[in-house]
Amino acid sequence: MKKIIVTSVLLLSILSGAQAQKIKGSDTMLPLSQKEAENYMKKNPSQTVIVTGGGSGVGISALIEGTTDIAQLSRKIKFDEKQKLQKNGKTVKEVPVAYDALAVIVHPDNKVENLTREQLEGIFTGKIRNWKEVGGNDLQIIPYSRETSSGTYEFFKESILKNKNYRNGIMSMPATGAIIISVSQTKGAIGYVGLAYLNKDIKAVSVSCDGGKTFVKPSMKTAKDGSYPVVRPLLYYYVTASESRVKPFIDYILSDEGQKNVSDTGFITLN
Amino acid sequence: MKKSFRRISERTVQGIFTLSGSITSITILLIVVFLFREGMGLFRSPEIEKGYALCVHASNPVERLSPKSVKAVFDSEITNWNAAGGDDREIMLFRFDEIFSLYSEEELGGENYSLLPQKLGEVIGQNPGIIAFLPEDYLPRENVAVKVLPVENISPVDFFGGSEWMPTVTPAPQFGVFPLIMGTLWVSIFAILIALLPGLGVAIYMSELAGERVRKLLKPTIELLAGIPSVVYGFFGLVTLVPLIQNTLHLPVGETALAGSLILAIMALPTIITIAEDAMRNTPKSMREASLALGATHWQTIYKVIIPYAASGISAAVVLGIGRAIGETMAVMMVTGNAAVTPHSLFESVRTIPATIAAELGEAPSGGTHYQSLFLLGCILFAITMVISVSAEIISRKRHFEN
Repeated sequence: MKKIIVTSVLLLSILSGAQAQKIKGSDTMLPLSQKEAENYMKKNPSQTVIVTGGGSGVGISALIEGTTDIAQLSRKIKFDEKQKLQKNGKTVKEVPVAYDALAVIVHPDNKVENLTREQLEGIFTGKIRNWKEVGGNDLQIIPYSRETSSGTYEFFKESILKNKNYRNGIMSMPATGAIIISVSQTKGAIGYVGLAYLNKDIKAVSVSCDGGKTFVKPSMKTAKDGSYPVVRPLLYYYVTASESRVKPFIDYILSDEGQKNVSDTGFITLN
Repeated sequence: MKKSFRRISERTVQGIFTLSGSITSITILLIVVFLFREGMGLFRSPEIEKGYALCVHASNPVERLSPKSVKAVFDSEITNWNAAGGDDREIMLFRFDEIFSLYSEEELGGENYSLLPQKLGEVIGQNPGIIAFLPEDYLPRENVAVKVLPVENISPVDFFGGSEWMPTVTPAPQFGVFPLIMGTLWVSIFAILIALLPGLGVAIYMSELAGERVRKLLKPTIELLAGIPSVVYGFFGLVTLVPLIQNTLHLPVGETALAGSLILAIMALPTIITIAEDAMRNTPKSMREASLALGATHWQTIYKVIIPYAASGISAAVVLGIGRAIGETMAVMMVTGNAAVTPHSLFESVRTIPATIAAELGEAPSGGTHYQSLFLLGCILFAITMVISVSAEIISRKRHFEN
């Protein structure tokens, strides 16, 4: 009897495994994809969607190896990743599913309200080391960064630091939550987090990417109307050959209901 | 019949035990071999990101750039070729992706980019001050205006002596593990120094002074300390210890080596206490009674007879405590700030080897230089803990001889 149960459980799991769609990649997108998958499975009980994290790079290598159906990336695919896919005879399709804005945060007691992109570059590359150089009190600047495995780290480096490297010995925290705690406890701290994580323990500064002409405060509204400059697309990549398999799920995300899940999880909808 | 059956079953059980023992040993050996094989691959890897090369204009007299100066050039810290051993000429940086903003995909030859090397050659030919970071597959090799800089393998000197740990930097990642080794040792050694006195105190109290009822209550409580998951210690440290240190010592940051040492000290306490206490309780009754009979007080007996007798056990406790502290990952990662700088005081942020491996392995592409360097970090950690356990073994063996 026991044997029969064991075999049937095994068989069932293999069968359902064959039907399950796997999504892998960016940790930033994890809450979004999980919510989408949950609601999608509620609507279509016959379907299974399994979501795992690991980082954007991990998602793409899983797609190359064929161990996932969809790779979720919080940055665009890199040239050499594309090359690797081509060498394996795979062409991928890119679908933006939502947007995410990065907010620059400081301690609430910090009187600095505005920072230009150039000032941020100076702070995170180590050229500016005291708050009085950017109009604040005489206080040492403590920049906090994410770990190198994070897509957020890459995106901030690309868009704000213009591909220069972070300063040697920057404080790097394992998670966004840890950055928020540290910034709220440290008077001279500065860090960057996704818009969804903003709360009252920390203060978001207004950022200008046009040399100080206009400073925009990050919010759902400014990110949506395009005036806030530090916004990135959140992308799904899938192999064109398996389009028919993944299409229903992607269509669900792009539908009104799917986009409602996007704003529920704190990200910015496509339109 | 029954007898022979029993003999066979005993034989089988013996065989199974031998087999499982040898399988375990072989597995451990294989893991070590795997670790070192992956790690040593680093010294056979190029300094520049694999599959890429650096090109300059043929008229440029520079023949070789060290990984350090490559990084300085691409960070715009060096902006003139004369600082890198060349002519007095402005450096122009060219990253591969920029070609796509100069030319459309059709101009580059469509899907398979057949015209890409030619266009790259043109760009380099037009700019005498250029340094270009290009994939090897698209190098404009036949173009006479282009000089490809030679690439050497990563040297052990740079690895063990380098002071910058920036493994994801392009084009030239920096693998200086010295700050990480120092950070690990620094945090662990201070953790033991902090934990030693209270640990010994509790051990003496429990083995010599406490009554049976107190001991029965205290011992499980301390052992419970060892059962708390390390991430809980880390979170506790981040929200209570870090601000406490920052406010009482008026430091600019609270995430310091001191916070890591304190957390590790708390975590190493159960190990130290239980082992030291066992060693003290193992003092033969005859020795205690002899001491008391000679007129020594209880306290004199403790520090003149029991502690010297248990000295090797206490040292083993300390060494094992260090071993526990060195390998600890999560708690340390949350409270030390993880800044990869060589520590000079307890009030600076440090990055330890286990924290580095845990934080970075997820994204390191398998087989790449970053991946190999993390394995080599694992080898270093393995070597350190190996030395520690061997010395613990030697110390406790000494105790047996004395018996």
